[in-house]
Amino acid sequence: MFLVVVLLAATLNFIIPRMAPGDPIGAVLEELRARGAGTQSDAEDEIVAAYRARFGLDQPTHIQYFRFLFNTLRFDLGYSISYYPQKVERALLRALPWTVGLLAISTVLSFAAGSFFGAMMAWPRAPGFMRRFVPMFMVLSAVPYYLLGLILVYVFAFVMRILPLGGAYSSGTIPQLDLDFLLDVIRHGMLPALSIVLTSVGFWALGMRGVMVTVLGEDYLTLAEAKGLPDRRIFFGYAMRNALLPQVTSLAIALGTVASGSVLVEVVFNYPGIGWLLYNALRSSDYYMVQGVTFFLILTVAVSVLIVDMIYPLLDPRIER
Amino acid sequence: MTEIFLRRGKAAGSYILRTPKLLLGLVMLLSLLLLGLVGPLFVDVEKARPISVPTRKPPSAEYPLGTDGGGRDVLAVLVVGTPQTLRMGLLAGIVGVVLGTSLGLIAGYFGGRIDMAISTATDTMLTIPPLAILLVVAASVRSMSVENMALIIALLSWMFPARTIRAQVLSLREQPYVHMARLAGLGDIRIIFEEIMPNILPLAAASFVGATSGAVLAGIGLEVLGLGPQRTPTLGMTIYWAQLYSALINGLWWWWLPPIIVLIILFVGLFLVSAAMDEFVNPRLRRTG
Repeated sequence: MFLVVVLLAATLNFIIPRMAPGDPIGAVLEELRARGAGTQSDAEDEIVAAYRARFGLDQPTHIQYFRFLFNTLRFDLGYSISYYPQKVERALLRALPWTVGLLAISTVLSFAAGSFFGAMMAWPRAPGFMRRFVPMFMVLSAVPYYLLGLILVYVFAFVMRILPLGGAYSSGTIPQLDLDFLLDVIRHGMLPALSIVLTSVGFWALGMRGVMVTVLGEDYLTLAEAKGLPDRRIFFGYAMRNALLPQVTSLAIALGTVASGSVLVEVVFNYPGIGWLLYNALRSSDYYMVQGVTFFLILTVAVSVLIVDMIYPLLDPRIER
Repeated sequence: MTEIFLRRGKAAGSYILRTPKLLLGLVMLLSLLLLGLVGPLFVDVEKARPISVPTRKPPSAEYPLGTDGGGRDVLAVLVVGTPQTLRMGLLAGIVGVVLGTSLGLIAGYFGGRIDMAISTATDTMLTIPPLAILLVVAASVRSMSVENMALIIALLSWMFPARTIRAQVLSLREQPYVHMARLAGLGDIRIIFEEIMPNILPLAAASFVGATSGAVLAGIGLEVLGLGPQRTPTLGMTIYWAQLYSALINGLWWWWLPPIIVLIILFVGLFLVSAAMDEFVNPRLRRTG
């Protein structure tokens, strides 16, 4: 299953960008021309031929395909066409920490908050305000995070001017590991993270509530109550603990899709992560970059599904191979 | 026959009135539909074309929601764009659900190798992040129209319906009345259409709302990235233009806020309807929230 997905992903990746209009070499030439280089037409032909040979585009399609598969499996994703001689995997590795930092943190935060709220909603002895307050988040979960993000940027960055408009750190600062830079990064990450957390808490709460309702009907809960265990212990130790199992599966998958979910939020906030990279690569029809990024996105999902399959028996001993 | 329909209609009507979530959701969706249907009677739709009105005018008596940087009346854009978004979502939702339901039915009913093939395809497609594929495909389509976009999105929205329907059909297949029908010598086609279909329709309807809302979400996502239809004004493309021309930091709130509000009404309406339908299909959820 894992191998099928990865192979299919690699193949799709090869085919789709090649069906696209727009010639990558042409795009590079445009850029060269704009810089005032390569103005003579016969020299241009030579440049085109040289580029095609350099990137292997002069080979028959099936040879390109096998070469591509072989290289992909070694995680050699080729050179970026528009930022030659930068390698695709280098660009990916540079963008990755931003995406993982921003999205993994906000996903885990909303998972924790959402699961707790959802469990509270199904709990008959929950405080009353919980019941009125959580449905608000559920309604909010229907709103795409980037739309909410735009509103948040307007309110906090434009009207109140207390948070930056976008980017991951102030322009002019050099990325380094000190306290000032860290605070700067946190300030920049707050709005994107807030928009993600606000819109996804409801999703986790919804899932948790569904499972919790089922768990609350189980016999062992009645037994726990009959034994006279304190409420808190029944809630956390018996009900929530069991209801969390399916949630953990979704969390692992959600963490896997973190990278692909990031595309829009990073574009709206100018955040220099994987999504931003993909968006720009698409604009400049940078084949290898698009292939590399999409392959990477699919790979992360496939790996996280695989990990779920492997750790699930550890979490739930009832499932044995 | 008409009597049965009347009675069912009445029952459905009273269920809607008894379920505030469903009622509110339907009202929200209907008001958007009305905006598209009745709006052209009051608003000059021609003003949704570029350079038909002065640019960047704040809301006034003449332009109730102001004008954008491309010389379009924002209110007219909403009137033209809202039905386009609805059409795209419905089209993609219908194609996705019909495709998914048929595949789920076939896989669940016939089982064996067919089921293996369909299920593997479904699971594989579910693993691949849809946005990644959508982006690449959308970027390679030369001229994007509302219909093209709906079809592209539909090709990625059949998996969830297929999975739910398959699971349901698997259990329906073993019901005594299906066995009876088979013993009575009914063919596969008749069993599928007469015995199984009626029982999966509520589920298919519920997944239709989900698929539609997912399709609108995907479509708006593409549009906000600038990959939507270029000729027709749509809500997402309006937000894209507003972003591209930095409407936000120039304080032109009337350019991007109205489409966002319409979209929020649309998404919340779809969410409420789909939540109400989930509760209808799965009564256990009705007790809480």
